[in-house]
Parts: sequence; structure tokens; C-alpha cells
Amino acid sequence: MKTLKTKLASWDELKKSLRPRVEELKFSLHRIKRSPLSLVGLSLILLFAALAILAPQLAPPERVHEPYHIPRYGYAAVPRPPSAEHIFGTTEGQYDVYYGVIWGTRTAFRIGFMVVGATFVIGLVLGSLAGYYGGVFDEVIMRIADIFMSVPTLILAMALVTALGHSLDNVIKALIIVGWPIYARLIRGDILRVREEDYVSAARAVGCSGPLIIIKHVLPNSIYPMLIMASLDIGAVVLVAAALSFLGLGAPVGYADWGQMVSFARNWIVGPPQDPFAYWHTITIPGLFMLFFVLGWNLLGDAFRDILDPRLRRR
Amino acid sequence: MKMRAYIIRRLLLLVIVLFGVSVLIFAILSLFTPEQRASVFVTDVRQLKDVQEIIEKHGLDAPMHVQYYNWMRALLRGDLGWSKTAQKPVLEALLFFLPNTVELAIFSAPLIVLVGIWLGSVSAVHQDKLIDHTTRTLAIVGWSLPTFWFGLMLLMIFYGYFRGLLPPEALGMKASLYVQSAEFTRYSRLNTIDALLNGQLWIFLDALRHLVLPVITLTVVQCALVMRIMRSSMLEVLGRGYITTARAKGADESTVVRKHARRNALIPVITVSGWLVASLVHGVVITETIFSRKGLGWWWARAAIQLDIPAVLCAILFNGVLFVVTNLVVDLLYVYIDPRVRLR
Repeated sequence: MKTLKTKLASWDELKKSLRPRVEELKFSLHRIKRSPLSLVGLSLILLFAALAILAPQLAPPERVHEPYHIPRYGYAAVPRPPSAEHIFGTTEGQYDVYYGVIWGTRTAFRIGFMVVGATFVIGLVLGSLAGYYGGVFDEVIMRIADIFMSVPTLILAMALVTALGHSLDNVIKALIIVGWPIYARLIRGDILRVREEDYVSAARAVGCSGPLIIIKHVLPNSIYPMLIMASLDIGAVVLVAAALSFLGLGAPVGYADWGQMVSFARNWIVGPPQDPFAYWHTITIPGLFMLFFVLGWNLLGDAFRDILDPRLRRR
Repeated sequence: MKMRAYIIRRLLLLVIVLFGVSVLIFAILSLFTPEQRASVFVTDVRQLKDVQEIIEKHGLDAPMHVQYYNWMRALLRGDLGWSKTAQKPVLEALLFFLPNTVELAIFSAPLIVLVGIWLGSVSAVHQDKLIDHTTRTLAIVGWSLPTFWFGLMLLMIFYGYFRGLLPPEALGMKASLYVQSAEFTRYSRLNTIDALLNGQLWIFLDALRHLVLPVITLTVVQCALVMRIMRSSMLEVLGRGYITTARAKGADESTVVRKHARRNALIPVITVSGWLVASLVHGVVITETIFSRKGLGWWWARAAIQLDIPAVLCAILFNGVLFVVTNLVVDLLYVYIDPRVRLR
């Protein structure tokens, strides 16, 4: 009985302690509602999320155990225009464009979330440790970050995928290896800035341990720039992965991936003389899916910059 | 005196980063099997049966630090291996492909920077007006465009629909045959400049016609970055005290923007030049592949597909050096541009 009471008391306390956060969240939602661009971005992302979740219903796979394999309808090379049976037509080798772009949405989300999730966590841990403890550890981590950042992402990812072997999983691995330094730098810079603030000194004076200070007092104040970065990064990562697949370094032939679908279309840019746009659908449709997906994340990230940043939000 | 110490320190840092890049390259190299690494030394199919011998001869199964030492020694002698995609030694291939890329960069980089700076400052001056919203939206769309898709769409319209108006590759058939003939002297190996030096206007125009689409592709996608930085830096400068002073002294608005605001707002744009160069390299790899322009990017992309290890490693080394040198130049430029840095 007593324990329940204390539990309830602590529940009330928890609610009380959470109240300012709930208020802030409400304010953020209010700001999002008032910014048209962020609403466009949010709707685009929700639309794509719905496509990804409903993929099995929208485009039922023929072979259930490998749904990412785009079904082929014949083996002729020449793409066929949109028809009642294939609403987006077929691309080179009679792969169904509709099926490919729908399941490609899942591929895009998977690449974006896995790469950004992993780079975010690695960057967060290494960056905050480097920033908080400083010294030799900081120096070593940051010099390694410098080296990774001195080679363009695409080139380094290309080299890593060449070394690891051409596949989508290796593209994801390569982008993780290449991507973490941005986050590490960002969080380190922020931690260096807040480390000397009074509330951190106060926490230290009360006897908080290093990791606890980082988690409870430093991170909540520095996490927003990283979240904005992550939103913008999902778009960028999907673009680089698509570019690698387009070059032939990523997804295997026939895998539902937007970049690869554009590379299928490469030989069909120009139609026969009487109808130069005969194969427009092979390139335009997967490209627009890619553009709107990336645009959604970029709009969201851009709007978040004004909405979530504590220094800008109350203006 | 202080200046010299500064440059020396920067050069030392350059050496450290380059060393780091070489270690990175070697880490990637160590992901390959000894057999794959042996392919560096195979220039002929007939050598394939001697792979084991090659591995032993070059110590490819030796401990990594020994291999690093050997690799470094070869590198310092200028021996970067044999590129099977180019069918040439890597160093020779690098010099062979460089001009096409340099030409593309010469035409697109100034355009990217000028258009970006112009749009950014216009956007900032008219903050929250229609023109600001339009350019900002266009910048986000441009930044979200997949370069390879945008290039192909341009090809579909200007090569397909307009019957070969703006074709891919670097030169037309006739022009490229003439360029390779003995009548044409190659001074710089840049098509446009050599054409002018040889007095062949039609080749110059042909080269320009082939440059239009790649340059547009690069500019549209890349200038968004410059525009964004320019806009925010311009907004910051416009809020400064000396702008108010200039206005109070009666300077008209265009003088304030041109003389007082824009010059100062340029500094952050210069700061990110290193980043811009990296982003340009990314664009160049994709653009050259799409438009079959045989330059560095085209070669590297092809090398990655065909497991041409020496060429891929050359790409990393080249870009590492490029990055370090760009940043050094930026830092030195600073000293001349920003009087505050000079005084320190």
C-alpha cells in the first residue's frame, strides 16, 4: 500500500517535472502548424511513410519471401508505356515501374534511417566524450574526423564500397563509416560552449558524475542542431546512396531502388525520331519519387531550424 | 615574420592530414584480399597464372606495416600502379583525364559562385518578401534534386526533343577527329582554349555546345549551397551597426548593399570554399558519367565499378591533396581580405 502511494506521488512529480517539456512541445506543434513550408514537408514525409507501410497492399509481391525483387513481365528490352495493367509502364527488361517505386520507398527509408541513426549515435557518443573530457582523446578523435572529412563523401563511399563489395548493405556500411564526423564535430562544438556555463558547474558542484552531466544537462541543450542536421542528412544520404546505385555500386539488378530504376532508364532517354518522349515514364517517375522524398526531409529540416532552435524559436 | 610562422605551421598541418589520408587509404587497401591487391601489378592476362608469385614478390601477404612502408616508397617514386580502366599507369591517366574536368570546373565554378552570391544577397535584401520566398524555395528544390536524374532529364529534352541541340560527350565526331589530327596543336589540352589558340572558331563553338548541359546541371544543384550561406551572412551583416551608420550618413541603399554589406558578407562564403570544392567533386563525378565526358569523375566512377583499385585510391589521394591545398589557399586569402586577421 505504502509503495503504491509513493509510486503515485512520484508519478505526480514526474508529471510536474514533465510539464514544461509538454508546454514546449505544444508550442513547437503550434509553430509547425503556422509554417506552410514545414507542413508541406511533413505531409510529403507522411505520404511516403504511408506508401512504405502499405507497400504489401499497394503492390502485392508475387514471391512473398523476396518482396524487394521487382516482378518482370517478359524479357524484351524496350520499355512499354503506362497502361491499365501497369499504370506507370515498364522499364528496360520489363520491370514494373509502379512496383519498383512503391517498394523503393521502403528501401529509401531503410537506407536513410539506418545510416543517419547509426552516424547520429556514433557521432553523439564520440563527440560528447571528446568535448567533455578534452585532452588527448579529443585531439585523436577530432584529427580522425578531419581526415574523414578531407575526402568528399561520394569518393570515399565509392572506395569503401569497392573494397567491401558491391551491394546495398555495403553502401549503408560505407555511408556510416563516412558520415559520423559531422555529428561528432557538431556536438563537440556545442559541448565546449556549454561546458563552462554556470548550470554545468552547478551540477558538477552538487557532485554529478561526468556521464550524468552530459546526459541530463548538456545534451538536452545541444541536441536540437543535431536533430535538424539529421533531418537534412536523411535527404542527403538517400541521394548519395541513389547515386551509388545509379553508378552500379549499390543495389543488385532488379532490386526495388530508385537510383537503380533511373539507371535502367539511361539507355532510353531518347525515343524514336517520331516520338522523342516515348520512354519518358522510365526516368521521370522514379526521379520524381526521389526528388519529393528528399525535398520532404529538407523542408522539414529547414523549418525545424527556426522552430526547434531555442535561440530562434521565440522571435 | 608572424606571417611566415603561420604559413610554416599550416604546411606542417598539411603534412599531418596527408599522412592521415594515406593511412586511411591503406586501411581501405587492407580490406582487400592479397589476390585482389595483386591485380595492381597485373597488366596482361597471361600474368594471371603467376598471381601467387606476384603476391610473394611484392610481399602482399606481409604484415601491414611492412606493406605500408613499401607502398609509401613506391608512392614517393611516383609509382601509383596501373589503371586497368584507363589502360595506362595511374599518374599518366590522371594527367590524361584532368583537362576535361578542369574545363568543366572553369566554366561552372564561377557561375555557381556568382549566381549563388547574387541570389543570396537579393534574397537577404528583400527578406520575407515574395522574391525571398521564391529564391529560398528554389534553393531547397535545387538542393534536393538528384544530380544524375536532373542531368538525364535535361538530356531527354535538349538532346532528344530538340534533335541533338545540346549533345553529351566533350566534342562532336568531326571536331574530335580534327582535334586529334596533326594540324591541331594542343597547348593546354583544354578544348575551348586550344580551339581559340588554333584559330578554329567552329571547334570552340562545338566545345561550348557540349559544355552547356553539364554546366547547367552543376550550377542549378550547387549554387543553392552558396546562396544559403550568402543569404544568412548577408542578413547578419545588414543588422550590424556600421550599416546603420552608413545609412544615417545618407548613403543611398544600393551603395550600402554593394559597398558596405556585400563585401563583408562574402567572408563566410570564402570560409566554406573547401566544402564547396568537395561538393563540386561529387557533382563532377555524376555529371561526367551522365554526359560521357571523359574526365576524372568519369574515370573514377568507371574504376569503382570495375574494381580498378589503383585508380580508386588515386581518387582519394587526389581529393585529399585538393582539400588540403584549397583550405591552405583559403586561409592565406583570409589574411589579405579580412583586415582583422591581418592585424593579429
